[in-house]
Amino acid sequence: MPAEHTFPDTAAKNARGELEAERMSISMGPSHPSTHGVLRLQMELDGEVVKKAEPVIGYLHRGDEKIAENMTYNQFVPYTDRLDYLAPLANNMAYAIAVEKLAKLEVPPRCQAIRVITAEMARISAHLLGLGAFGIDVGAWTVFLYSFTEREKLYKLFEELTGARFTTSYSRIGGVARDVPEGWTGRVDAFCEQFLPRLEETLSLLTRSRIFVDRTAGIGVISKEDAIAYGLTGPNLRASGVPLDLRKNKPYSGYEQYDFDVPVGTKGDGYDRYLVRGEEMRQSVRIIRQAVAKFPGGSWQAEEAKRIVAPPKDKVLTSMEELIQNFMIVTEGPQMPAGEVYFEAENPKGALGFYIVSKGGGVPWRLKIRAPSFCNLSILPKVCVGMMVADIVSILGSLDFVMGECDR
Amino acid sequence: MPAALDAVAAIKARWAGVTDRASLDHPAVNVPASELLDVLRSLKEEHGFDMLVDVAGVDWAAGARPRFTVVYHVFSTARHEYVRIAADCADDAAPEMPSAVGLWPGANWHEREVFDMFGIRFAGHPDLRRILMWDGYLHYPLRKDFPLAGIETELPDAEVAAVTKTGAIAAPMAGGPFVAAHGGINMGDAEPRAKDESWSERRPKPGP
Repeated sequence: MPAEHTFPDTAAKNARGELEAERMSISMGPSHPSTHGVLRLQMELDGEVVKKAEPVIGYLHRGDEKIAENMTYNQFVPYTDRLDYLAPLANNMAYAIAVEKLAKLEVPPRCQAIRVITAEMARISAHLLGLGAFGIDVGAWTVFLYSFTEREKLYKLFEELTGARFTTSYSRIGGVARDVPEGWTGRVDAFCEQFLPRLEETLSLLTRSRIFVDRTAGIGVISKEDAIAYGLTGPNLRASGVPLDLRKNKPYSGYEQYDFDVPVGTKGDGYDRYLVRGEEMRQSVRIIRQAVAKFPGGSWQAEEAKRIVAPPKDKVLTSMEELIQNFMIVTEGPQMPAGEVYFEAENPKGALGFYIVSKGGGVPWRLKIRAPSFCNLSILPKVCVGMMVADIVSILGSLDFVMGECDR
Repeated sequence: MPAALDAVAAIKARWAGVTDRASLDHPAVNVPASELLDVLRSLKEEHGFDMLVDVAGVDWAAGARPRFTVVYHVFSTARHEYVRIAADCADDAAPEMPSAVGLWPGANWHEREVFDMFGIRFAGHPDLRRILMWDGYLHYPLRKDFPLAGIETELPDAEVAAVTKTGAIAAPMAGGPFVAAHGGINMGDAEPRAKDESWSERRPKPGP
């Protein structure tokens, strides 16, 4: 038997897994290009291997929930833009529907269709950014340039609709801020038409790229059980094999009328999460085109709710009745009954929930925001352990979080 | 019968302390803090409510009895229904609640946030630290007696500022152009008050 040149003590320790170098404690972020905002990871390393990773959050905490308790329901709409600031239109809609549930108010079909179209456009926009940033994280720069070209076209459409590219503040309680401009839905359809081939082109840069697959497949695996136990939602949950999509399973805003598929992953690794997001964009295009094809006429706000919805501006300036109605809604806020509701919408990052406690009147007593990025990040201490430092970058990119929403 | 109503009926039959809670949407129950974990475990393991989606603290204002409530929302990923569980904290001065981390590891951050914002302690939590505010912060910002404008606090970099003689002037925190408080002021009577912007480039901002 050949003699092995190891110290007996070391070999035994190694076998028991006790042989470790001195651990190094490093801080990744809060200002690091791959932590996508202001996330900080406090890590303990053994060489290149992560032994412990503790996310430190709160750098973007603005006290949104405190602010909400001090203003009327409509005044809070701009704050929802700043939750997941990559999909403000979807946040606007989720918030408005939550308050409308409190008021037991149904909005007309045209308003529902507008909201669905804008929310799905926001989903495409958010996923395009997530994809581009993920690509950069693992060294594929070009994807970012392709996806941002398409996002720019979406921003043009958002600007035409809402007057703002980024902070749209488009929803109102009981409706939307204004009707769609002349010919806008046609331009949305034209965007979808040219977007599909561009999307395939963009995805083809990653899907079969050897480097991308090596950096993501089998990295950051989240099991089905863990995903549910940590409250993961959205694409991250579906990539782990749970076919839960609130648009399908708890339809709101008329999603039950549209025909679309819910992509589900099998392994729950970074590559699955990428594939799920890619497919979701194709499905969003399907939904948008259906909504545009049967775009309903009629009113775009629940006009009959006189204590909630502001009257049309031209009537405010000419009629006493409407002037008073407008004045009451602006100064006192939309009048809500007492009670509590919880509503979750399927946002690009996951289930964005609002828990509202009302004591009546125009101001919520308590408004809790259930942020999907907050829950999605809480699994990091479990996922990162045992990975290499370079894998952490890939995992963060694949989880696709937004700190504005996480910290609120 | 939907799974959520079913589950709520079963829980009410099993625990005498559990009562119906007024709700505008999902089935809701009030649960005594002492039985909270048993009820949550039963919902999770026997009734299939396998996901804890949210934990929210509520402050019913100083002087209210009980002052603090913790509200849990659980969701069934198979049946797609929610149940709301609310538990009141017995002690208003030192509110406490049993921790659900043993049932759902995802409760860890939610409970840290409720502790951070309301000062409700979760007994049995493995790592109860502040999460959004910084360590060493003294107040609980979402309590109703905490003012919207905030409380002047030494920032962690105070000692740096003392050495370098540089510092930032805090932004005016009046809360936006139209502010009206809940409760005390009736918004119909109150004139929307503007932010104090009496200072200008030539006239300095009034000091504290």
